[in-house]
Amino acid sequence: MSHDTHPEGTDDPAVGTLTMELAVAALLFTFGAAVAISSFSLGARWGDDGPQAGYFPFYIGVIICICSLVTFVQGIAGKLGGNRPFVDKGPLRQVMSVLVPAAVYVLLIQLIGIYVASAVYITFFMIWLGHYSWLKSISLGVGVSVFAFLMFEIWFQVPLYKGSLFDPLSFLGY
Amino acid sequence: MEEINALFHGFAVALTPFNMMLMFLGITLGVIIGVLPGLGGANGIAILLPLTFTMPPTSAIIMLSCIYWGALFGGAITSVLFNIPGEPWSVATTFDGYPMAQQGRAGEALTAAFTSSFVGAFVAVVMITFLAPLVARFALEFGPPEFFSVYFLTFCSFVGMGKGSPFKIITAMMLGFALAAVGMDTVTGQLRLNFGWTELMRGFDFLVAVIGLFGIGEILLSMEEGLSFQGRTAKIDPKIVFATWKKLPRYWMTSVRSCLIGCWMGITPGGATPASFMSYGVAKRMSRDGHKFGTGVLEGVVAPETAAHAAGTSALLPMLSLGIPGSPTAAVLLGGLLIWGLQPGPLLFVEKADFVWGLIASMYLGNIAGLIVVLTCVPLFAAILRVPFSIIAPVIVVICAIGAYTVHNAMLDIWFMLLFGVIGYVFKKLDYPMAPMVLALVLGDRAEDSFRQAMLISQGDVRVFFSNWLVGAIMTLGLIMLVWPVVSEFLARRRTPVLT
Repeated sequence: MSHDTHPEGTDDPAVGTLTMELAVAALLFTFGAAVAISSFSLGARWGDDGPQAGYFPFYIGVIICICSLVTFVQGIAGKLGGNRPFVDKGPLRQVMSVLVPAAVYVLLIQLIGIYVASAVYITFFMIWLGHYSWLKSISLGVGVSVFAFLMFEIWFQVPLYKGSLFDPLSFLGY
Repeated sequence: MEEINALFHGFAVALTPFNMMLMFLGITLGVIIGVLPGLGGANGIAILLPLTFTMPPTSAIIMLSCIYWGALFGGAITSVLFNIPGEPWSVATTFDGYPMAQQGRAGEALTAAFTSSFVGAFVAVVMITFLAPLVARFALEFGPPEFFSVYFLTFCSFVGMGKGSPFKIITAMMLGFALAAVGMDTVTGQLRLNFGWTELMRGFDFLVAVIGLFGIGEILLSMEEGLSFQGRTAKIDPKIVFATWKKLPRYWMTSVRSCLIGCWMGITPGGATPASFMSYGVAKRMSRDGHKFGTGVLEGVVAPETAAHAAGTSALLPMLSLGIPGSPTAAVLLGGLLIWGLQPGPLLFVEKADFVWGLIASMYLGNIAGLIVVLTCVPLFAAILRVPFSIIAPVIVVICAIGAYTVHNAMLDIWFMLLFGVIGYVFKKLDYPMAPMVLALVLGDRAEDSFRQAMLISQGDVRVFFSNWLVGAIMTLGLIMLVWPVVSEFLARRRTPVLT
């Protein structure tokens, strides 16, 4: 396959595993605390006819807090392994090269609707990362989009998102 | 043996050229629906229901049930090839099916999945044919305590002594429960965990989370190796089908067990999704290769697929005999029946025997036809993996985005899908297991609902879960499965004291 690349910049860590472990544990702790506090305000007692709405979520939040705290402490105490590379710079760049366009794609969906955004995204991806020709990329991008349009709007009658900013396809009347 | 007579009469009804054509059409449509994440079996049938108004009811239900079959088969295709479950009940198939595809054994995995599905569905249809009235009576015994015990059992059979930090396992599971709790509380109507944001009233849908965690997350992970999908070495060889068939009889015990689990979960509306998880968990416990589950073991595909299809099919039984749909898709089919003026219930078998037995006969035929259709396409499906990554990756993302959107018609779900993708990437690398999280997300709400309904009935008395033999037995079984790993490890250590 002539369109593969392998990343340079391996063995060049971008962030360490231990750092990520601690960060994730801290984030989860915060999440657990938020869950517990929010549930407590809903009522977390065992009422006359069973648990109140906040009962289970409260204890779930507490358990998350405890477990992530333990993980955090384990990390600091060195039980989770050293600061091996979580991801090296090269692979990270590769991951970002998929994640960032995907995020932009979702933003585009939000703005101009799913069909046009999909065509743009596929075309862009094929040209930028696959180094395909303009013609091939555009035809595939538009092709997939048209196929999806036919399948969802016309055949299955499932309307997809048309965009909150403006709808480039409004002339089609769907 | 009047059932056999009736069945043959049903075959006569089903085997007209028009109905056969509808069968194949239905299966093709169903596979397409099953492959597209988000356009689930229930949606697909609901959307195509109006198409069938012009047909005679027997033909219509034949086509619809074949769409249902196709969707059941189709869900496995993307699970194996791309780690994206096309249907909720295909999630457990990704655990071993996708690693197999990564090792170049996609054809094997697909064949195993389809064949197991066929077996599971076939057993369920046979059961429907002969045991309909018995089973119907059994299904009536189920109330909220019984439902909770079934979910409890599913959970216990799936939770084991996993590798890695138990704290991470618990965290992942609790995270799943917490996400399941977001939204409107069905018992009291209060809004939970939405932090004042009305958009969160819908809660997190399991399918959106799964598309993100498994689908997007997997793409991000593969990107680390560069622009390639490791499954490229999948062979496009029709002989793969026969080679796999030779291997499958070895797992007959797993098959039988999974059929039983599936049939039971379908009748006692647990559904195909819990059935697939439970079957996977039990198979992992009981198999010799249990510790290898998750790395691409054939048995790990056989177990969930057999159970899911047995459950999906047997879910039709309470629908036909009691008017109680055992699954969302059965509910839509029930709607169709009512529209055609057919009243489900014990009298349906008596008054509209033609219809019922035509339907049951079409289940046999549809199953066989479906198997033929998908098996002939196995090499074709496996060949999809050879499409260059830079073409297929964006197409998958587009399909995922559409799938995530169609669940609730909510743009926000697409953003959540992306977020779950990142979470999936990070969690996989940090060894936070995703299976317990996903299971908690699926079952959390339903389990909690049935628990609280049971509490409402018993006025806060927890002993209701041991109040009759049925629910007590299930709960005990669940507790045994929960402590079994601890006990067995303890016993194993005691047996070999010299080695310590």
